Amino acid sequence: MEAVPERSYLNEPKGWKSWVFTLDHKRIGLMYLFSIMASFLLGGIFALLIRLELLHIGGKHIMGAETYNQVFTLHGAIMIFLFIIPSIPAALGNFVLPQMLGAKDVAFPRLNLASFYIYVFGAFFAVYSMMSNAADTGWTFYTPYSTTTNTAVISMTLGVFILGFSSIFTGLNFIVTVHKLRLPGMTWYKMPLFVWGLYATAIIQVLATPVLGITLILLILERLFGIGIFDPAMGGDPILYQHFFWFYSHPAVYIMILPGMAIISELIPVFAHRKIFGYKAIAYSSLAIAFVSFLVWGHHMFVSGQSQYAAMIFSFLTFVVAIPSGIKVFNWLATLYKGSISFATPMLYAFSFLFLFTIGGLTGMFLGALATDVHLHDTYFVVAHFHYVMMGGTVMAFLGGLHYWWPKMWGRMYNEFWGKVSAVLVFLGFNITFFTQFILGAKGMPRRYYNYLDQYQPLHAYSTYGSWILALGFIIMAVYLIHSIFKGKKASGNPWGGLTLEWTNSSPPPPENFIETPVLKYGPYDYDKLPAEKLNS
Amino acid sequence: MDTTGTLFMPPQHSTFAGQVDSLFYFILYASTVFFAIVVFGMIFFAVRYRRGRKQPVEAGPSHNTALEIIWTIIPTVLVVIVFFWGFKLFLKMNVPPKDAIEIKVTGQKWFWSFDYPNGASTVNELDVPVGKPVKLLMSSRDVIHGFFIPDFRIKMDVVPNRYTITWFEATQTGTFNLFCTQYCGKGHSEMIAKVKVMGEREYEDWLVSGTKAGEGMSLADFGAKLYVSKACATCHNVDGTANVGPSFKGIFEHQVKLSDGSSVMVDENYIRESILDPQAKIVAGYQPVMPTFQGVLNDREVDALTAYIKTLK
Ligand code: HEC
Ligand SMILES: [Cu+2]
Repeated sequence: MEAVPERSYLNEPKGWKSWVFTLDHKRIGLMYLFSIMASFLLGGIFALLIRLELLHIGGKHIMGAETYNQVFTLHGAIMIFLFIIPSIPAALGNFVLPQMLGAKDVAFPRLNLASFYIYVFGAFFAVYSMMSNAADTGWTFYTPYSTTTNTAVISMTLGVFILGFSSIFTGLNFIVTVHKLRLPGMTWYKMPLFVWGLYATAIIQVLATPVLGITLILLILERLFGIGIFDPAMGGDPILYQHFFWFYSHPAVYIMILPGMAIISELIPVFAHRKIFGYKAIAYSSLAIAFVSFLVWGHHMFVSGQSQYAAMIFSFLTFVVAIPSGIKVFNWLATLYKGSISFATPMLYAFSFLFLFTIGGLTGMFLGALATDVHLHDTYFVVAHFHYVMMGGTVMAFLGGLHYWWPKMWGRMYNEFWGKVSAVLVFLGFNITFFTQFILGAKGMPRRYYNYLDQYQPLHAYSTYGSWILALGFIIMAVYLIHSIFKGKKASGNPWGGLTLEWTNSSPPPPENFIETPVLKYGPYDYDKLPAEKLNS
Repeated sequence: MDTTGTLFMPPQHSTFAGQVDSLFYFILYASTVFFAIVVFGMIFFAVRYRRGRKQPVEAGPSHNTALEIIWTIIPTVLVVIVFFWGFKLFLKMNVPPKDAIEIKVTGQKWFWSFDYPNGASTVNELDVPVGKPVKLLMSSRDVIHGFFIPDFRIKMDVVPNRYTITWFEATQTGTFNLFCTQYCGKGHSEMIAKVKVMGEREYEDWLVSGTKAGEGMSLADFGAKLYVSKACATCHNVDGTANVGPSFKGIFEHQVKLSDGSSVMVDENYIRESILDPQAKIVAGYQPVMPTFQGVLNDREVDALTAYIKTLK
């Protein structure tokens, strides 16, 4: 165990300018981390307000209908565009990816910094929309509602447009980094699966995000000049907007979940001290998902009036894309077999992920099947489904990754006891909040309702109570994480016994990542090459 | 919660409902099996192979072709079954029978109106006979709405400038909820109508009387009824408080300020114009969102509403 380093990326160079103008991927990763956590807090507050308003029927408990519509729009837009999409790639990925490859930095450090400031700039527009007269369209901005409402739709969509560039730049940077900056000897099949996942994600980011950009620009032009492309009165088509929008936003679901899966593929072998089961299957299923994800957008539109034959093809492809996700789950499960399993906090999040993501994926079957989707579409069932995938999947994986790399970031450990308490509260609170929503939706409760019929009240109330438990879990987490930065126990370079390269340097790492060029002693999951005693402690 | 449905699904009141539910429960049971395998496997391994256990650790396999083929094939077969089942039923739900009664559905912010073959029309109440297929020809006057009757398991978006179609056959008399499911603004969650399923005779009688509504009532009473049934109530209160539109209380024979700065005296003609051509004069402080009722209300009905508003002192 090496001593605590005197010089690290955190304290060298010094001064605020060295942070603001930094080209160090680790510092940029940290700045992203703070920004997305601030967004998560904001989006979370909006979520709690929504649940509070829905505790009882009748409306007007804490806000009026128009405010409610703005609040759920802000919740969705902030969580998706400002939090989840950049969360794993831009914050954790930035910090870890070059270290995992044995590189000094990403391929284009300046582009990396630009991506961060573009993110801040885009966020500024979104916040401006919030402050003026926040958009009330839902995060999907469906026309013709979005072209006719009198709220600040333009600043919000412009913000999202700008954020898209930040996402594209990160993706581009990662693709080149993976191709060009791997340590000599690190072949594709010796790359950690986190890298594979981010690579697949980056491909989607680069290819799909421009479509969103174009769509939003068309929407803005429609609002400003009435060009008519989405306006039926001028021969345009509002359904065309939905096609454009989902052509990006369905792949975007995988921009959000692939990095989550990628983290789980690290956590499970490390905390089971066991070679990953089916390395290639996991790596290729990421690519397969990335590819097929471009061809399923129409499953958001089964009852929009699109042709029944289009619906058939989209339904079929939706089931096709489910298979690689299922394969991954079985691979993770098989990795536990004959492992040496630790229950450290990151692993608790990996268990949470397996539990919740499996529910999220399986409930997708109800929505992919045409006849059942007719009933469930646009109800709380869909809300529950995507929260199980996005929050139960991506956010759990993100939290697992955050706790896993936390000692690497700060050179300090968080309090393990409170870490476990909060992981359990988050898990329980999440299920109480969202499982109830499956039942609500199947029973017919439509989404985006400010008020609802009396028969749905008990389930809405449970969902709201769950959100309080969830909030408590997150408050505890915030306290012990912040506390650990200043007062945490010093962490060693490799507290978890990981075999990937970021664990071979010190915690926190030196500015240049590796003082000497690292050597690839082990493949990323070669626990079978370690002596057995080492595995069981 | 209503207790008449099954654990997850609402009560079944159309010919589709049972069929959709069969597929729903098939997926549910299959998913439960998979979920159980994953979760019990996870818990079992986590306990059995926990770190620090007595038994020595031996390296587990990193591959097993047979196993991997099995866990690819079985889910694939299953999803193919679910796909075909869902598609076949979906086609049925999309092709109305030739002899269906055709009712025109119009969605607009924030109410539903229905036009029947004999010229009768209703607002926020869809009247249909039991045991007869009903085809709905739907369109919107403004933004996209969603037409959803949970107890019938049907849903279809209602889009401006284009028709969408759905159909159903109710299996039981009674009153059921109809929701708007495509977000459409402030009144989205109030855009709830009722589906009234009647016996066949009763329906025939209703159709005839539907065109003669309001007979034997005073004009103001009829207006009070229309105020609710034609959905004025979703935007206008009568107690002096503002809603989406101004309250009707005490407006008659009072000055009202318009958005262009001028004022106008509220008289019968102003009310009539407000109903039939609402964009002509906009009350100050309100958005020009009131839909026109030209073609929705006949003369007698406009008279009745005017008479009613006059009574609200
Ligand atoms: C979608 C909401 C909406 C519905 C439904 C609606 N109105 Fe209105 N109405 C408004 C708004 C908003 C205004 C004020 C702006 C304007 O003058 O157009 C208004 C104005 C009026 C006025 C003028 C009031 C005044 O104080 O000068 C009358 C009269 C009126 N509506 C009658 C009706 C009647 C009768 C119905 C039902 C047949 C009806 N409205 C349905 C929204 C609505
Ligand atoms: Cu609607």
